[in-house]
Amino acid sequence: MNEERQKDLTPIQNAQPVLELKGICKYFGGIHALENVDFAVFPEEIVAIVGDNGAGKSTLIKIIAGVHAPTAGEIYMQGKPVEIASPIQARELGIETVYQELALIETRDVPSNFFLGREPTHGKLDIFIDRKRMVEETVNTLNTLGIKLPSLSTMVRYLSGGQRQSLAIGRIMPWGGKIIIMDEPTAALGVKESRKVLDLILKLKEQGCSVIVISHNMRHVFNVADRIVVLRGGIKVGERIKKQTTPDEIVKLIVGAEML
Amino acid sequence: MPTPKTESDAETTTSPQPGIGSKLLNNQLTTIILILFLMIILLGSFTRTFLTANNIFNVLRAFSWIAIASFGQSMVIIGGGIDLSSGSTMAFAGIMTAMMLSYGLGVLVSILIGLGFGVFIGFINGILVSQAKLPPFIATLGMLSILRGFCYGLTSGWPIRDLPRGFLFLGQTDLAFYIWKVPLPALIMVFFVIISYIYLSKTKGGYHIYAVGGNEYAASLAGIDAKRVKYVIYSLSGLFAAVGGILMTSRLGVAAPTAAQGYELDIIAAAVIGGISLNGGEGNVWGALVGAAIMQILRNALVLVGFPAYWQSSAIGAVIISAVMIDQYRKRRI
Repeated sequence: MNEERQKDLTPIQNAQPVLELKGICKYFGGIHALENVDFAVFPEEIVAIVGDNGAGKSTLIKIIAGVHAPTAGEIYMQGKPVEIASPIQARELGIETVYQELALIETRDVPSNFFLGREPTHGKLDIFIDRKRMVEETVNTLNTLGIKLPSLSTMVRYLSGGQRQSLAIGRIMPWGGKIIIMDEPTAALGVKESRKVLDLILKLKEQGCSVIVISHNMRHVFNVADRIVVLRGGIKVGERIKKQTTPDEIVKLIVGAEML
Repeated sequence: MPTPKTESDAETTTSPQPGIGSKLLNNQLTTIILILFLMIILLGSFTRTFLTANNIFNVLRAFSWIAIASFGQSMVIIGGGIDLSSGSTMAFAGIMTAMMLSYGLGVLVSILIGLGFGVFIGFINGILVSQAKLPPFIATLGMLSILRGFCYGLTSGWPIRDLPRGFLFLGQTDLAFYIWKVPLPALIMVFFVIISYIYLSKTKGGYHIYAVGGNEYAASLAGIDAKRVKYVIYSLSGLFAAVGGILMTSRLGVAAPTAAQGYELDIIAAAVIGGISLNGGEGNVWGALVGAAIMQILRNALVLVGFPAYWQSSAIGAVIISAVMIDQYRKRRI
């Protein structure tokens, strides 16, 4: 497997990674969810993490997002060792996450979801919500990204799947995150809606972000990713530059067919 | 997650606010305010006594303490919980205040002690729900019973009477406004609905209550401290119930261990009639105010038209069911 890692990764490896994980292990009791995984993200790059169910993809991104603490291993950002103990800390480090479950409040309107957990306030007390600013910034960001929603005061409950996903991605934009994690951003979306989400991902890259995407959809992966990392049974079994690989090869890595 | 079958990219631009008309139409609050006005108009035209200042103020006074407790209850329900102990808390806070008064403590100190017990009870509910992870229904049902036991135990079943005048003033005074004499409890109720509304709708803390009630997991991922939110809402519910209980004791002039029995259901009903969804994350305290008003006006109306009082609770039950049915119909239509 070692030669797999070394193969043709040179073009991007000249840059310093914005995020680097070394020897990450994560055990849940006796279950080894991740075993000695190395993983790096380079500036303005879209990395796809692929693998079968239970391959450890979600565990890996949850470690980066501060939801799980690794059992062993180190994390570096811009070459400096860091500890990511909570989702809030991850955000402070510039890591923003769009969760698979979408993590929206269905009973609240668009601006409230847009600013969920970091509502702007006015006055010295840091108590009273600055509603005007919330609405303005929401409109600005949505317009910049070309996201169209029926109306800002609709409850998220009444938005379509694509609109929700756009909102979930759009709301991380104003925070200047350098690394954006997306867990299955196109799951349960139609063709047109998926296209929009993929465009958003490319837009994020244009704006200087690095994006980590988990996806089961090979077409989507090959549409947006620069590099593809394959996990199987908690082990990194391959890493390929998109231009130098084929969906067939990736699928073989996922199911372990090259071992046969 | 049900997704409506609309085109994702229907070419409507994102506009900051929708028309006021559609906003009003889609609002449960508008519906129940209309029902309230309809009741007032009908009663005003069919009875000679309903629209007299005297009767209106009696109605206001009669539902003020239920309404105040209901504002605290609303915060708990919006935050995704329920507080069944609010009726017992009302009685307990009243008894504690009355006991302090009978020990000769000052009015203000006694009231503060009563309120302090309210907050304390709410805080315990908060611990049971967020630390011990008990379902709110179970935790507060237990608390309901425990407190009622304390009410009987501490008084040996006897009501506490002979409360000082300085205390009775609170519930029995009317303040002169032009030609009207407005009961003090009604003014206190208005004060509480305004601060509750500001807290829930204009502050960060309020936004977080809606977020936790709407989707606790999502709120936590966004960095909201859901446990803290729960402590706050249950403590506030305890405090508000204590305010209601003390006002009630002051009005009645006696702290009985049997007081406020079953009130928790009226308090919850007021919130539910007012459009506060028991699923959490939705509604506001104005709804609870109107809900409490509708229930009291209905009781008053039944008396005024000479309906036998024994049937009141059936009428209230019918109102609860119809209010929720209207709300669900409205939501399905959108």
